[in-house]
Amino acid sequence: MSMTLTDPLIVILGGVWALLVLATAVVWRLAPAPDSELRQRIRSWWLIVALCSLALTFSRTAALLFFGLVSFLALKEYLTLIPTRQTDRRVLFWAYLSIPAQYYWIGVEWYGMFIIFIPVYLFLLLPVAMVLTGETQGYLRAAGTLHWGLMSMVFSLSHLAYLLVLPQGEYPQISGPGLALFLLVLTELNDVAQYCWGKLLGRHKISPAVSPNKTVEGFVGGVLTTVLLAALLAPWLTPFTRLDALLAGALIAVAGFFGDLSLSALKRDLGIKDSGSLLPGHGGILDRVDSLTYTAPLFFHFTRYFYF
Amino acid sequence: MGYVALRWLFFLLIVKPFLLLAVGVNVRCRDRLPGAGPALIVANHNSHLDTLVLMALLPLRLLPRVRPAASAEYFFGNRWRAWFATRVIGIIPVAAGGGRSHAEVLGPVREALAAGDIVIFFPEGTRGEPEKLGKLRSGIIWLVQQAPNLPIYPVRLHGLGKVLPKGDWLPVPFFCDAWVGEPLYWNGDRRQFLAALAASLGGGEGDGILGGVSPEG
Repeated sequence: MSMTLTDPLIVILGGVWALLVLATAVVWRLAPAPDSELRQRIRSWWLIVALCSLALTFSRTAALLFFGLVSFLALKEYLTLIPTRQTDRRVLFWAYLSIPAQYYWIGVEWYGMFIIFIPVYLFLLLPVAMVLTGETQGYLRAAGTLHWGLMSMVFSLSHLAYLLVLPQGEYPQISGPGLALFLLVLTELNDVAQYCWGKLLGRHKISPAVSPNKTVEGFVGGVLTTVLLAALLAPWLTPFTRLDALLAGALIAVAGFFGDLSLSALKRDLGIKDSGSLLPGHGGILDRVDSLTYTAPLFFHFTRYFYF
Repeated sequence: MGYVALRWLFFLLIVKPFLLLAVGVNVRCRDRLPGAGPALIVANHNSHLDTLVLMALLPLRLLPRVRPAASAEYFFGNRWRAWFATRVIGIIPVAAGGGRSHAEVLGPVREALAAGDIVIFFPEGTRGEPEKLGKLRSGIIWLVQQAPNLPIYPVRLHGLGKVLPKGDWLPVPFFCDAWVGEPLYWNGDRRQFLAALAASLGGGEGDGILGGVSPEG
């Protein structure tokens, strides 16, 4: 990939870095304690933004390796949290091996295999491997929870990576990394915006049983912010018309909200607060990719259906 | 001395990358670990990986002075394993059972401590069921009585029995936890000491490491 400073991808990445510097300055004012959660969060954001910038600008292979690693860490965290049967150790090992396979299909642009490998083949084959161990106690729960994890952490997240290789067709000026950046920035800023609006104006709890911090005001503020941002970023990074940009923004905002809520429900079910401690201040990696597990496939199919 | 280089390479090129990528160990309170010997590091034991994790927790410069006490019977079972265990890992072979006295069995461990080494010791004596602390054996009491001023660093390990349980050879990735407790000292009271040690190693609490309930965010 050859790039110049006027490349839209570089311009928007520059904007993200500027925003990060601004956020750091604000948080260092607001939270004076050196180890406060907000400061830890910002430190982790530096790491996330640095890694994503490198992955998106370096090469396609680097990006696929990076997103594959994210899938691996997310699946590992998920399998660490849920109860698993010791008899399924070999099956879990095969499930992990599906990650390089899934990202390989993306690398060779084999869309047919990419889209059915996990939902069809693994859905059928991993339970076969479980049946062959002969353990029927807890079979349905083991097969069901494993498939849920693979669908969320590998299949859904890998749609982000498939954006990188979408054939360009009639939009030669649009790059795959640009589309991925659009999705990443909107998904993560939507999380942040919902959090900030909720803190500022939040009154009415939207789903007290699942996630007591989510409010109607936070949700509405987040959706409006994300739709606005989508309209601003779309001309740089996507082939979308003005209307489609607004729709994509709304789709990402609403889907992201439910992805977040879905993981909260999972954690509530398991009786845990943070999913892990890989990223200080963020809980675990699941707390960072939860929204993406919903936004990535929905945004991908929106884009692919209407434009590619 | 050539073997020390081999041990460094083994940890730098194989153990550390493996623990970082395939396992992922969250370490809490690592700064409590000793910076020099003699010291005794004790931990609950569920997996062969326990020894590697404990050795990897310490800085590489201490590696030549770290000696895990391990079953002679198991590790001398075949020539390859014996060579690897004594040369690359640097175990102190402990020949338990057969009506031998503590002095006979644990003598080499006492000598290593006297020489200023950092000894890794599993007071349960063997690998047990994951996340269940087995009965602490009397060997640890005899050992700390030999060196009353020796600091004992308890490390509670969680999850490694899932990654590589007893009787299996294929590691399966899961995140794990290692929590370093406050150093303990022998206080002359056997029951109290064992109770404090068991508490530091997670006895009776089962899954005590994960946090409380209240999902958010």
